[in-house]
Amino acid sequence: MALDPKAQAALALYRFGLGPRAGSIAGIASDPRGALLAELDGAGAGRIGNADLLTSGTAARVAFAFQQAQRAARQAERAAQQAAAPSGGASLPQMNDQSAPPPAPVPVRNPGPGMPQQIYLAEAKARIQAALGAEVGFLERLVWFWSNHFCVSADKGNVRQICGAYEREVIRANVLGRFSDMLLAAESHPAMLIYLDNARSIGPDSIAGLRQKRGLNENLAREILELHTLGVRTVYTQEDVTRFANVITGWTFVPFRQDPVRGGEFEFNPRMHQPGAQTVIGRSYPDAGMQQGRDVLAALARHPATAKHVAAKLARHFVADEPPPALVERLAKRFLATQGDLKEVTKALVAAPEAWEAPRAKLKRPGEWVVGMLRAAGITPPDIGPVMQAHNLLGEPLWRPSAPKGFADESAPWLDGLAQRLDIANQFARRVGAEADPREVFEQALAPLASSETRQAVLRAESRPQALALLFMAPEFQRR
Amino acid sequence: MTFNLHAATRRELLIASGTLFAWAYLPKVARAEGRDPRLLVIVLRGALDGLAAVAPVGDPDWLALRGDKALALDGKPPALPLDSFFALNPAMPNLHRLYKSGAATIVHATATPYRERSHFDGQDVLESGLAKPGAADTGWLNRALASLQPGDRAGSRDAFAIGPIAPLVVRGPAPVLSWTPRRLPPTGDDTVMRLMELYHHTDPILARVLEERMGLATIARAGGMDGEQPQAAGAGQVRAYFAESAGTAAKFLARADGPRIGALAFDGWDTHAAEGAMSGRLAILLGALDGAIAAIETEMKDAWRETVVAIVTEFGRTARINGTDGTDHGTATVALIAGGALKGDRVVADWPGLKLAKLHDGRDLKPTTDLRAVLKGLLKDHLRVDDAVLATKVFPDSAAVKPMTGLLQQA
Repeated sequence: MALDPKAQAALALYRFGLGPRAGSIAGIASDPRGALLAELDGAGAGRIGNADLLTSGTAARVAFAFQQAQRAARQAERAAQQAAAPSGGASLPQMNDQSAPPPAPVPVRNPGPGMPQQIYLAEAKARIQAALGAEVGFLERLVWFWSNHFCVSADKGNVRQICGAYEREVIRANVLGRFSDMLLAAESHPAMLIYLDNARSIGPDSIAGLRQKRGLNENLAREILELHTLGVRTVYTQEDVTRFANVITGWTFVPFRQDPVRGGEFEFNPRMHQPGAQTVIGRSYPDAGMQQGRDVLAALARHPATAKHVAAKLARHFVADEPPPALVERLAKRFLATQGDLKEVTKALVAAPEAWEAPRAKLKRPGEWVVGMLRAAGITPPDIGPVMQAHNLLGEPLWRPSAPKGFADESAPWLDGLAQRLDIANQFARRVGAEADPREVFEQALAPLASSETRQAVLRAESRPQALALLFMAPEFQRR
Repeated sequence: MTFNLHAATRRELLIASGTLFAWAYLPKVARAEGRDPRLLVIVLRGALDGLAAVAPVGDPDWLALRGDKALALDGKPPALPLDSFFALNPAMPNLHRLYKSGAATIVHATATPYRERSHFDGQDVLESGLAKPGAADTGWLNRALASLQPGDRAGSRDAFAIGPIAPLVVRGPAPVLSWTPRRLPPTGDDTVMRLMELYHHTDPILARVLEERMGLATIARAGGMDGEQPQAAGAGQVRAYFAESAGTAAKFLARADGPRIGALAFDGWDTHAAEGAMSGRLAILLGALDGAIAAIETEMKDAWRETVVAIVTEFGRTARINGTDGTDHGTATVALIAGGALKGDRVVADWPGLKLAKLHDGRDLKPTTDLRAVLKGLLKDHLRVDDAVLATKVFPDSAAVKPMTGLLQQA
């Protein structure tokens, strides 16, 4: 299928990027493939240069301190109430003003978002800004893909304050690096260790295991095999899961009370580690402390089943729900030939003819669609509240998948949100209707891909907001 | 300009809060005479079918033109007689009552200088006050306000706007404040139907899903909705939204220290298919508009005596009914004016006739009254805007279009 250069450029932006901004289709029309590859070569590609964002260790400690202070304040309040109640007078010392009457112990209602939520929102804002600021958005899409592949959830325990840092430290840092490095970074990050319960998993025969009743937790080991590397129902057995779980016992984080400086950082705790050699998928690994786990992960990263799993998932995400087998084959081969060099695999995806020939049948995921609207309309929201709200309503709350499998790469589950999309498109269009000229947005963001029916529907709408809403709901805008 | 909520941060406000109705305060010149005039402009987006709102029942070609879709004095329901020639859509009893009491005037066969048929451009011309479409970021109402000298009593007052976006007509150099209605305008059936039609032609899967999710029955029932469907907008929702928006605008304008100039916009008038002038979609919209007028009258209280509400639309619709029981984009239409300050009870029209040869381009009601003359007349006699300012700043290059006289009780 020979597309004219503008249609090819628009396809690149829709399928591989986050959708056109004003001028982007024309800007890359001379070489759409080259524009995608250029994003991979940018300096600090994939990183977010925001000095205000905290490392996961700092974020964890800040949040812990906040929670401690809250607890202390609640206790002090209770104590004050109890002390004040019988005598009717206040005996608490006033720190600042001895003469001032003691404040009534009014419980603070709705004190605003706590520290974990504040950190979460700052990270979310940085992520949205990166998506809005990207030229094509291919690299951001890769970050989103891998972040979903190695997903954690802000809804679990103390993950909320570190899930954004997790994405930066694990995904962005390795998005064009080696799969094995990303894998190790993910499985040894406190966010993942908390999310999939490994931080508390204890080898039954370890020092800690012999002393207390708690023991092995297989959750992380199973999901690594099933979701992160080999894929479900492939080459591993239940025994492999259990033995692998033994291998990674002791992968945890430093307790906050024990070490105020390093609290919340990853550590290998030998006292929790199951001693002895373990056989995982036909290979024996001698007990070498943490190295035992590193060795298993390295072997998993090299395994052909992993190459196939990752290749199929990439192709499914970017190209088609039922990806062309030739494309999957091509990507898997490249993965194996380059020892999992993700930049090379990504380049193979861009180079593959199948990746450009497939019909634009996939429905954009909610996040892509919302960001796509903002990019098309040229709006940078000062407050990401409504953007987050839209993600929630459409079933893709940021960094909050309902299961370790992450959000679906297939289109079907997202069709259910079509009516919600209409409501959101309407509200958004009504809010920006005065700022964005639908004719201009149409020309800049959709024209090369639009059917004559869509063009007509947009240009003949009865008002600018209606035109924008129809534009954002058009099949050509929603599919990629 | 002490209040400037909108200048640099307008976009932020829009995104953050989902704004509004915008308003402006009136400087004191007009009030120096002891008057305290209020002006509210309501923009009907989508192009109101003027012939379905106010029908020329006395025109011998009327019935032949519209057939069973023609409003008639003996129709079901019967149209409300205005004079010996014109009758009002039966969905508008409040406007009829006001008209009969001298508090409403209708201008027919009127149009802006715009002669093409694009909604966006037509709305720009209507609201910007410019003679041609083009980049416009200020509206005539705001510029009229800005042109008035600060008065000798209190300081100047801002403009006020209600609506999801401050309408262009009220945007400009004079500060504009806005108000966010509690209820958002309902996602219009019209938008859903347009989208359904697009999906049917281009994407059967999306068409099926949208049908299931929105409940096609609701859409098909657009004529006689019960308002129980939460997603598609029912008649009750439309009425409630219109009345709340207009009533709130009036509450602000009525206050002693409130704004004096306001604007809001209502969508949904682009009736290409199943227009339903007597019992369908247009009847619902006109009924909701009638309720909005009543809400303004009620909320204005004593200030109603000094109030003018100008209801305008970007252009009219085809004189004939099209193949889908609707009407397409046309040219001349009506302007509905209500308010206690009017010298009403009359239809102002230089009637062009409905014979084929009399129709504009052989299809539309021919414009015989420049809408700018009407608006200039209101601004001049109600707000005391200077003639020269009207001809240059408010409606640039309109010196040839003289302000219409005699619209108000005291000119």
